[in-house]
Amino acid sequence: MNLSRNPRIREFKFTLSRIFSNPSAIIGSLLLLFFVTVAVLAPVIAPPKNHRNPYIIPHKGYSSVPKPPNKENIFGTTAGQYDIFYGAVWGTRTAFRIGIIVVAIAFVLGAGMGTVAGYYGGAVDETIMRVVDVFFAIPFLVLTMAIVVAFGRGLDNIIVALTLVVWRRYARVMRAGVLTVRDQEYVQAAKTIGVSDTKIMLRHILPNAVFPVMVIAFMDVGSMVITAAFLSFVGLGAARGYADWGQMVALARNYIVGPADDPLRYWYTIVFPGGCIILFVLAWNLFGDALRDAFDPKMRRR
Amino acid sequence: MGNILEIKNLVVNFYTYEGVVKALNDVSFSVDHGSTFGLVGESGCGKSVTARAIMRIIQEPGRIESGQVILYPETVDGNGSVDLLKQSEAYMEDLRGNQISMIFQEPNAALNPIMSIGDQVAESFLFHQKQILCETILSELSDGQHRPSKAVLMCLKTIYGKAADDGDSFFFKLLGSVPFLRNWDRRLKSVAIRRAVSLIGKLGIPQPERIVNLYPHNLSGGMKQRIVIAIGLASNPLLLIADEATSNLDVTIQAQILELLKILKKDGISSILLITHDLGVVAETCDRVGVMYAGNICEIADVREVFEAPLHPYTRALLKSVPKINQDDRLASIPGNVPNLVNPPSGCRFHPRCMAALPICRHEAPALVNAHGRHLVACHNSSVA
Amino acid sequence: MYSQNKILELRNLKKYYPVYGGVLRRVKNHVKALDGIDLDIYRGECVGVVGESGCGKTTASKAIVRLHTPTAGRILFHRNGRDDGESITDISRLKRGALKRKGIREKLQMVFQDPSTSLNPRMLVKHIITEPLREYTDLSSREMENRVVELLNMVGLSKTHLMRYPHEFSGGQRQRIAVARAIASHPEFLVLDEPTSALDVSVQAQILNLLLSLRDKFNLTYLFVTHHLLVVKYISTRIVVMYLGKIVEMSGTKDLFATPFHPYTFALLSGIPIPGSEQRMKRIVLSGDVPNPLNPPRGCRFHTRCPFAFKQCGDEEPGLEEIAPGHFSACHLKSRSRQKVRDKFGNGM
Repeated sequence: MNLSRNPRIREFKFTLSRIFSNPSAIIGSLLLLFFVTVAVLAPVIAPPKNHRNPYIIPHKGYSSVPKPPNKENIFGTTAGQYDIFYGAVWGTRTAFRIGIIVVAIAFVLGAGMGTVAGYYGGAVDETIMRVVDVFFAIPFLVLTMAIVVAFGRGLDNIIVALTLVVWRRYARVMRAGVLTVRDQEYVQAAKTIGVSDTKIMLRHILPNAVFPVMVIAFMDVGSMVITAAFLSFVGLGAARGYADWGQMVALARNYIVGPADDPLRYWYTIVFPGGCIILFVLAWNLFGDALRDAFDPKMRRR
Repeated sequence: MGNILEIKNLVVNFYTYEGVVKALNDVSFSVDHGSTFGLVGESGCGKSVTARAIMRIIQEPGRIESGQVILYPETVDGNGSVDLLKQSEAYMEDLRGNQISMIFQEPNAALNPIMSIGDQVAESFLFHQKQILCETILSELSDGQHRPSKAVLMCLKTIYGKAADDGDSFFFKLLGSVPFLRNWDRRLKSVAIRRAVSLIGKLGIPQPERIVNLYPHNLSGGMKQRIVIAIGLASNPLLLIADEATSNLDVTIQAQILELLKILKKDGISSILLITHDLGVVAETCDRVGVMYAGNICEIADVREVFEAPLHPYTRALLKSVPKINQDDRLASIPGNVPNLVNPPSGCRFHPRCMAALPICRHEAPALVNAHGRHLVACHNSSVA
Repeated sequence: MYSQNKILELRNLKKYYPVYGGVLRRVKNHVKALDGIDLDIYRGECVGVVGESGCGKTTASKAIVRLHTPTAGRILFHRNGRDDGESITDISRLKRGALKRKGIREKLQMVFQDPSTSLNPRMLVKHIITEPLREYTDLSSREMENRVVELLNMVGLSKTHLMRYPHEFSGGQRQRIAVARAIASHPEFLVLDEPTSALDVSVQAQILNLLLSLRDKFNLTYLFVTHHLLVVKYISTRIVVMYLGKIVEMSGTKDLFATPFHPYTFALLSGIPIPGSEQRMKRIVLSGDVPNPLNPPRGCRFHTRCPFAFKQCGDEEPGLEEIAPGHFSACHLKSRSRQKVRDKFGNGM
């Protein structure tokens, strides 16, 4: 069969054309493309010195006074003489790792729980949603910090903690979506055909209810990185010298404001890692926004 | 009988992702004064778009490309005619719900759930007929039994006299912001409610005094639709457009509404443009019928003519495809589907489904011509016309 | 015309929906959507169920295909027309899995009202129709595709429509797809819930004719639920008139239209807007609306709107009685209603 005649590809093309008719999607995806390229090409752009663990930022000397950009360190060095450029490049990988792992696991967990709760209703729904309510009772950051403190500091524990916290939102949104799809006639039709509950959920309910959750998930990839950065900043995150943007901002903590006569002297210590975080979050948000417009069923066929 | 509304060569397109939907292609018809004109057709034939074009409320991405919608408001300024498509938006705002009222399919969408029925009907009076209301009050003041003191009477007379001249002037805006005095229009409201009660009663709703204090959720669908009709009629419109006003209702409730429309016609309350897909409703209520197919008018004739001697092949086929009360043989259906108006068939848009299609039908769209009497038809086949 | 083999018996079928109220969400009241229905359906016939919205016709049809569990009563399914005890199964309490194991699920199928919502928008036509085939057959993918094409041809579509999404079709074509899906599992009994009310007039006739020919071809039994009396007259062999969760009249189609007994049926029949200038009866416009099913009127449920109600109607509920052979009516007037209608409205029916 001719490729362009395949209805799925046609539908995919249609969706893409809808996404990219939105200028924010173009900006978002260009930014994302940039970050992906940097992450993939990290060993080429910034060849690692420590081959066993390339995430350790190389440093020459231990002076705590940052050095401005120069030939050797094009973004300058931060406190402890860590190379900012190297950290920014390898930090991209860390950012993707945090964002995608957290959101992927939480998405599967939350969407699965939400689907089951919404589809079966009754006691199952009550049980699952009350658990979700318990998680919702504690503010996001407080709960995350509590879990990190309990498990011990470190990037891996941040990932675990964030996963345990963000799934609650997916569960709620998913359940709301499932509730509207559940009473659609095509679900009833599937029931009269005799399709089993599992198949109904996978074949009929998920594909029609998952998009709002997916949009949230896309946007969350960025916000997970910013939360992890915050946790690193308060000292719960990656070890000193690890290529993580949050950790780099934390290193620059004392140099945010320079000496009284030149308050912006150490701007590079904060602008480069901070800018990376902002652009990364912006990229995912813009992209998620465009997805929302493209998936909105009311907007779709007009 | 003169025309109240005349539509000439109306063209409406919708610019969608899939392409340009040619929703109305050169539609022309006219509605006689004091009569009911039925516009029938299947979904997507453009009957609702026509109604919206008249009111100029076509939603994005639709656009009125060309044509004329001429209203003959004889009662307003002598024998003038107004091309609605050339008027300003402000003029149209004044006209909607005043000279032309529209009733939609879904009464729930037309009623405000947190306002009482009486207030909603009265609002229409207050909005469009302040002058008449003020005059009523003035006449009541001069011959009422409960005469207030002379000074108060003078004040009231000045106020309502002024309001009758220009209710939206700066003076009343000022008055509206002064405590105590801002209630000057209470008398106006109570007159409006009184008129609402009498109008609701006229529409055959039992206990109108009780109904005006209820809220929409207290009423059933048929009752709500009647209230919507009452709101539409409150401003004494020249033309009432009913867009599928009975389609969502049950048979026995629909019967009530149809009876109501018949009474409206008999009392000559206004001219009605009835838009429906139900041929039965048309047969019961209309004087003249326009049959639409895929953005074109195929046939316009008096209602008896359409049902007894239809000329256009589409009208004939449509009539045959409806089950009759004494249907014994199989229903004849029209083969094929309603065309997609992004790529409508060339020539006559009905030709791919037409039993009497000629070679010319494929290339040339037939014009709407007078066959005999006042029977207009758009078909090439002379054995038909 | 049809065999005297029963396929389905409804016995005192009830469906109450609880209404919760108060802080503790206790059951305050019940909406009696279906309040004791007795109906025998024979193989090969088409039973039309008419009534206004809220009369319980959709609730009854969904109970039969077991989309919900009735509150009380029995639904007896007769297998292959044999009348011995074994082949009769009460399906009113069976779980969905048990229904499928006993091989009844595939025999009871349903076509829904609006084909734009009854077809999954994210599935291709091919997969929509293969869904029942996958459940009940072990065909290879090639055989499966052939069977789907065969089904599509049966409902007047072709192979070119196989790889398309539902939104690419018109309403009539979508309903054809829904019909193809319903007949894919070789059902014996089809519930048709207003299958043409979302369609255009010209397409409605196509679907009705398609349903008629399929019935002849596969010896199907239909339960046709609609509010459109002329449609039900065209397709049904027998008609059941419902009002507020009860059957008020039941008879052969011709009989019902020629000699109705129940005043409600009179009102319904006279309320049909008739296309054309045919001789019509004088319209009996009922006053008021259908009462709230939360608090149905005492006695005969129709007495609040009935133009002929007398004292007994408010006190005592009339049972469904056979007034003429095969013609049942639930009215205290019995056959006298015809005379009353003639006296009051003066039209010869």
